[in-house]
Amino acid sequence: MANKAYQKIYTKLDGITKATVSLRAKGVSNDELAVVGGKLAQVVRTKGDVVTLQVFSGTEGIPTNAEVAFLGEPPTLKVSEQLAGRFFDAYGHPIDGGPEIEGEERQIGGPSVNPYKRRQPSELIPTGIAGIDLNNTLVSGQKIPFFADPDQPYNQVMADVALRADVDKIILGGMGLTNDDYLMFRHSFESAGALQKIISFVNTTENPPVERLLVPDMALTAAEYFAVDRNEKVLVLLTDMTLYADALSIVSNRMDQIPSKDSMPGSLYSDLAKIYEKAVQLPTGGSITIIAVTTLNDGDITHAIPDNTGYITEGQLFLRADSDTGKVIIDPFRSLSRLKQLVQGKKTREDHSQVMNASVRLYADAQNAKTKLENGFDLSDYDHRCLDYAKDYARDLLAIDVNITITEMLDRAWKLFGKYFTPAETGIKQALIDKYWVK
Amino acid sequence: MKTKGTVTGIVSNLVTVEVDGPVAENEICYIDLQGVKMMAEVIKVNGKYASVQVFESTRGLRCGDAVEFEGRMLEATLGPGLLSSVYDGLQNNLATMEEVFLQRGEYTDPLDHEKLWDFTPIAKAGDKVIAADWLAEVKEGWLPHKIMVPFSFKGEFTVKSVKEAGQYNIDTVIAVLVNDEGEEVPVTMTQKWPVKVAVKNYREKPRPERIMETGVRVIDTLNPIAEGGTGFIPGPFGCGKTVLQHAIAKQGDADVIVMAACGERANEVVEIFTEFPELIDPHTGRHLMERTTIICNTSNMPVAAREASVYTAMTICEYYRAMGLKCLLLADSTSRWAQALREMSNRMEELPGADAFPVDLSAIISNFYARAGMVVLNNGERGAITFIGTVSPAGGNLKEPVTESTKKAARCFYALEQSRADQKRYPAVGPLESYSKYLEYPEIIEYLDDTIEKGWVEKVMKAKNIIRRGKESAEQINILGDDGVPMSYHISFWKSELLDFVILQQDAFDSIDALCPLERQKFMLDLVLGICDKDFEFEDFEACRNFFKNLINELRQMNYSPYESEQFYAYNESVNKMIA
Repeated sequence: MANKAYQKIYTKLDGITKATVSLRAKGVSNDELAVVGGKLAQVVRTKGDVVTLQVFSGTEGIPTNAEVAFLGEPPTLKVSEQLAGRFFDAYGHPIDGGPEIEGEERQIGGPSVNPYKRRQPSELIPTGIAGIDLNNTLVSGQKIPFFADPDQPYNQVMADVALRADVDKIILGGMGLTNDDYLMFRHSFESAGALQKIISFVNTTENPPVERLLVPDMALTAAEYFAVDRNEKVLVLLTDMTLYADALSIVSNRMDQIPSKDSMPGSLYSDLAKIYEKAVQLPTGGSITIIAVTTLNDGDITHAIPDNTGYITEGQLFLRADSDTGKVIIDPFRSLSRLKQLVQGKKTREDHSQVMNASVRLYADAQNAKTKLENGFDLSDYDHRCLDYAKDYARDLLAIDVNITITEMLDRAWKLFGKYFTPAETGIKQALIDKYWVK
Repeated sequence: MKTKGTVTGIVSNLVTVEVDGPVAENEICYIDLQGVKMMAEVIKVNGKYASVQVFESTRGLRCGDAVEFEGRMLEATLGPGLLSSVYDGLQNNLATMEEVFLQRGEYTDPLDHEKLWDFTPIAKAGDKVIAADWLAEVKEGWLPHKIMVPFSFKGEFTVKSVKEAGQYNIDTVIAVLVNDEGEEVPVTMTQKWPVKVAVKNYREKPRPERIMETGVRVIDTLNPIAEGGTGFIPGPFGCGKTVLQHAIAKQGDADVIVMAACGERANEVVEIFTEFPELIDPHTGRHLMERTTIICNTSNMPVAAREASVYTAMTICEYYRAMGLKCLLLADSTSRWAQALREMSNRMEELPGADAFPVDLSAIISNFYARAGMVVLNNGERGAITFIGTVSPAGGNLKEPVTESTKKAARCFYALEQSRADQKRYPAVGPLESYSKYLEYPEIIEYLDDTIEKGWVEKVMKAKNIIRRGKESAEQINILGDDGVPMSYHISFWKSELLDFVILQQDAFDSIDALCPLERQKFMLDLVLGICDKDFEFEDFEACRNFFKNLINELRQMNYSPYESEQFYAYNESVNKMIA
């Protein structure tokens, strides 16, 4: 980034940590960008004339006499139709060899939508995956993360979901993405012939961690342009938000802030909410839907990052390997879509919510039977039927390689009920039993 | 003259200001950011430096920017038109803002100054009045909205004149009072009150003496909340906190409902103002929105205003309580408010308490809960604020500062359990861990004796005991196996399952089951307890299981049928046959 001629250049740093530098400077505004020894940085604290800057690419090699120039503005992104089909780094510079974008320059991390101007999300996003569509139906304007251990194929599933979803633009925000996964996304999008509706902002593991802090705001500023200005349906993919939160804790740690749970900054909830709450259904038809990834440590959802995320997002999709079928499934107990009732039975068949509840309840009974079996007790006839049902249910409906319509999913579930249970054992309303029961 | 200052330090929304005159704790000031005036509140003063929390994003703010202090605390504007409004935490009317995005420094008027209200005088010339006495009445929706002597007026006044009946806007001088020094004081339909100060213009605050019906069985039957009582709902995410709270908001027997969405999801607020205008209040037959005020400071809105939002909501409730109305305040979630306090305390580099929360958290929470309650007004009428807060414990672990502090302050505890939610047993309120202290109040026991039936609380205790025994049996069965325990263990387990499925569980999305009036709750509890009183014999545990499963199914169909309908009695008949 070039220095502007009229700017005052400072050349004396008072303090340097791994992520921040501080110096004496006057007339500096909060949040504004600066260039420190050729690296981009942002003002995070002013105290009298002492200014603290967070250096995005790390402070390695910055000397105390490094040149510092303030740019007078927070980070910005140029927005226009030209964004479509392009790949950028965390600063919004092209990394695909194409030309710079021309368009209106907008500050990233801008204000929130007035809640009163929002509309209730009501449009179903079908994915073909029954663990999602049947049990945890997605709705446009929703924000939902995949909770997954690092060994789960979450990025692949997310790419599948994105490509099957009927949206105008897909915006990928990659944070700490491995180069392999970055290429996988690129390849999936290319081979689906969807490149023209994809925009990517990518920070890979090869880039410095603090840079990641810019990625969600870059992606969402682009998303707001397409959703608000052009009334398009936009799907934003953010992976991996755990690495984003790690970067937050690095900066807060270097600023000597008192950490709260799991050494995360006390403001983690607000920091994450600012990102996820950009998901919106606008009255003009445009929408932003956010699907994110939060990697877990051995399935632990009580860690501060998934815990705060769960309180912000509208549910979560929990990926795990199923030992019965050897497949990756969407765990029906720990997954949830909070907006599902806005579409279930309204945009889908009337029996949807009861079928979903009954199938999960019976799957829970199967888990109890399994516990009994493991403890060496005799199983009842009902227990045996539950266990058989659970296998079929996991294979035919929960596995992530299922790709069918919602009506087909419902029919499959009724078939399984009819195969293993009596109507009373399902606990479904009589009127629906009369109509859909398969003998 | 107003105190002025200049910005000397900025960390996120904490700004240090060097001041040239007196400032007060919690005083409001405006920071001038290139012509945009941003509201802020003093939270600490040290010498000539005041630390202020800014209710907006501080992006672009510079050291040296000008600040002007207002000489007042954060105030709520009170008057006709509060109901059916949607405000942010600072009581800006969100509906009258034009832009899609919230603009910094855009503050809108909470009340409509043009609208004319049907006005009827109550007081007459010569009356002696004090603060909070009723001067007149306007019709707000179907509620009699009292125009009162402003809460801040000190001493006794004589009414000089009151406007005759007619249609006026809120700025009309509707009465002139004379104080004991002979000065005339005009009164309009609006007044202001500092939100962080409790309104105490009432005669006394007795113990609650009746329950507030919610239509939710697990609350009304098992752990009822008193009118003017306090309760809280802690639970991990995904356990149905919000669904339960919305059910209470839709069905609660109250004249006025104030919902404070404090640091929660915007789409949940959208759900309220999309659905409530369509929904009918089951108690009055009027539109729900007509009795509802929404204070909405969602998680992405400025953190400092989150704290203000719960106080603004409480102040509005106190205003309506002073009119002799029953108010219900729902705050979702008080943890977010506590987190806002933590963020500021952290930025001020205060020594932290447990989990980095400020050390006075417990005192702040109990002071807030204490503002609820039933009161006897100066004229002998009664008003009440029932307050239910939700708590979002980190990691679902109830041993954390916000839950523990709230437990000391609130009288009802509705613990949402992950295990019940996993099994889709909604509402996931744990029947044994949850409690209502009100069931121990002699006043409440007497009230229930009179309104439901004599000995009702004993019945409730009996039901809880069946659940407790069932749980113990279940543990034994799990340890010893189905065959390892006597048949009586299976029977006691299934009796508790019967209570669980028929009484505790309730389908909030079913048009019939969602709302269960007390009369129907009594009918179902009698029916289920009647079954539990019976002795059963079975050949084996499979037969026992099948019998109860079928029984539960029939009873659930009853819950899905309209009360006292043909269908309802048909299922009832079939249940009676099964247990004959």
